[in-house]
Amino acid sequence: MNSVKRKKLIDNLFTYGLVVFCWIAVQALSATGHMTNQINGLLVPICMYVILAVSLNLTVGISGELSLGHAGFMCVGAFSGSFFTKLMAEAIPSLQARFIIALVIGALTAAFFGVIIGIPVLRLRGDYLAIVTLAFGEIIKNVMNVIYVGVDNGMLRIAMEKKANLNLSENGRVIIEGAMGITKTPKASTFTIGIVLVLITLFIVQNLINSRTGRAIMAIRDNRIAAESVGLNITKYKLLAFSVSASLAGMAGVLYSHNLASLAAEKFDYNMSILILVYVVLGGIGNIRGSIISAIVLTLLPELLRGMNNYRMLIYAIVLIIMMIANSAPSAIAARERLLEKFQRKNTKEAA
Amino acid sequence: MNILEVNRLSIAFGGLKAVDNFNIEIKKGQLYGLIGPNGAGKTTVFNLLTGVYKPDAGIIMLDGVNVAGKRTISICQAGIARTFQNIRLFTEMSVLDNVKVGLHNHHRYGIATGLFRLPGYFRAEKEMDERAMELLKVFDMEQYFDYKAANLPYGQQRKLEIARALATEPKLLLLDEPAAGMNPNETTELMEMIRFVRDTFDMTILLIEHDMKLVSGICEALTVLNFGQVLCQGETAEVLNDPEVIKAYLGE
Ligand SMILES: Nc1ncnc2c1ncn2[C@@H]1O[C@H](COP(=O)(O)OP(=O)(O)OP(=O)(O)O)[C@@H](O)[C@H]1O
Ligand SMILES: [Mg+2]
Repeated sequence: MNSVKRKKLIDNLFTYGLVVFCWIAVQALSATGHMTNQINGLLVPICMYVILAVSLNLTVGISGELSLGHAGFMCVGAFSGSFFTKLMAEAIPSLQARFIIALVIGALTAAFFGVIIGIPVLRLRGDYLAIVTLAFGEIIKNVMNVIYVGVDNGMLRIAMEKKANLNLSENGRVIIEGAMGITKTPKASTFTIGIVLVLITLFIVQNLINSRTGRAIMAIRDNRIAAESVGLNITKYKLLAFSVSASLAGMAGVLYSHNLASLAAEKFDYNMSILILVYVVLGGIGNIRGSIISAIVLTLLPELLRGMNNYRMLIYAIVLIIMMIANSAPSAIAARERLLEKFQRKNTKEAA
Repeated sequence: MNILEVNRLSIAFGGLKAVDNFNIEIKKGQLYGLIGPNGAGKTTVFNLLTGVYKPDAGIIMLDGVNVAGKRTISICQAGIARTFQNIRLFTEMSVLDNVKVGLHNHHRYGIATGLFRLPGYFRAEKEMDERAMELLKVFDMEQYFDYKAANLPYGQQRKLEIARALATEPKLLLLDEPAAGMNPNETTELMEMIRFVRDTFDMTILLIEHDMKLVSGICEALTVLNFGQVLCQGETAEVLNDPEVIKAYLGE
């Protein structure tokens, strides 16, 4: 039994190692001047997509609910985080400190939305749940598209449709400006912070899965009726998985919004949700490391292929298909497991 | 002392009275059989006892407490555990984890303890591992502990369901056709195990079974159900010789 536990531990450490390796590789490449501007610009988005994919995998793979509204939670996190950073510009001069608090606020706000959306949505199953989460994602996006929030004389003012509806006094300023969203959020996101957030995400998700709580979540996924019969509270654990997943997406949203000068709600449409789902499916449903790899590869790929203009999308599609086969075909899975086992045996020997 | 006393338990689906005025009394430590032709309402009785269905009428006294109409979770906590006619395992999880899920409410630690791997986590997980292995040993399954539940042979899956149910530390264990799909050797082995469970855990067991060899071999008392109604009740030998019962079984 201990050998099985050790195997699991090594497996988890390997995942952290992979992330740390990426960080070191990037540092080495940029020290030797091998990083192009384009790739540099992708580093934070890659971290963001990894967090999104891993967190969505918690809902889709571990909890077994097909959610198509992940971008909505990201949106909530991005706006609440940026809002805080801009609002507190004078009160908290240190951008680092504001950013860290913004990350927490983004995560908490998204978790809150996870709970209030989860309560009605998790009563549904399968396709119905997918469609309703999709709808909620769109609702969040559309509301953010028309909302105006300003501040004057220490008071928050909220209005819909028009900036004029805010009735701000002369010394007031607008922070969220409808379809324009939030502009000029200071850039606080860096690759290193992104990597740290990825590691935090992995820590939360992996430790959750390998605990009493995670077992309950997976048991409910595998057989709801049996899970109830052994005394598990279905609603509690479904909601827990859903809101943890939402809060991590919210955190990714804050990372996103502090990386670009302008933040518009439009970006968080269902295409974004589907894209994240594609990463999860291609990396293997329930496979955390797979989510990381597919998010990295599929974000980098279009950029790396930029030189081959005409064939770009063709190659992208072929890679998608190959990844799908590598992760879903039984013989490919068996081959991969054999390889991994060999590697792990070597590792344990070294450790001993 | 009676662990279970059921009175006038009834449920109808549309016009069909699936269970009609069902009564039963089971003593602590008894091995009790519920038999009857296909569609008699046996599984429905289990579903009523465990709160999967809400009864239209009737009382279910478990160790002096009425649990009729309560939710499945509360009934599990009150002390009724079950297995399913069509096996319901946590298929993607390991055999050990299946049993550990059964231990969920008896070895608690908070979410934060699990997330941050505080000492309580290691302590509780160790206890759970040990307890789960003990239960697997009862069913001669310890060597399968790291198998995925879905990959177990059929007979082993049935036994794993019993081990998982026992993990919830029930007062009353309900087994729905535990020998279904087993070969005669496996059935004999299972009979031994059921008896062993009753003796070592001082367990009260109510089981549904079509295999008459198993029923007459281990059950001390029987209730025969026919078209949702109790046809006959009493000690095994008497019931099996009752002309009404013979008619219900052979008259089909
Ligand atoms: N949820 C339900 N809705 C409608 N009818 C039901 C439902 N559950 C059971 N029934 C009906 O109740 C009757 C009793 O079914 P039940 O499954 O309890 O029989 P059983 O004695 O367990 O039979 P078997 O030996 O075949 O398992 C059947 O006619 C069945 O169709
Ligand atoms: Mg049945």
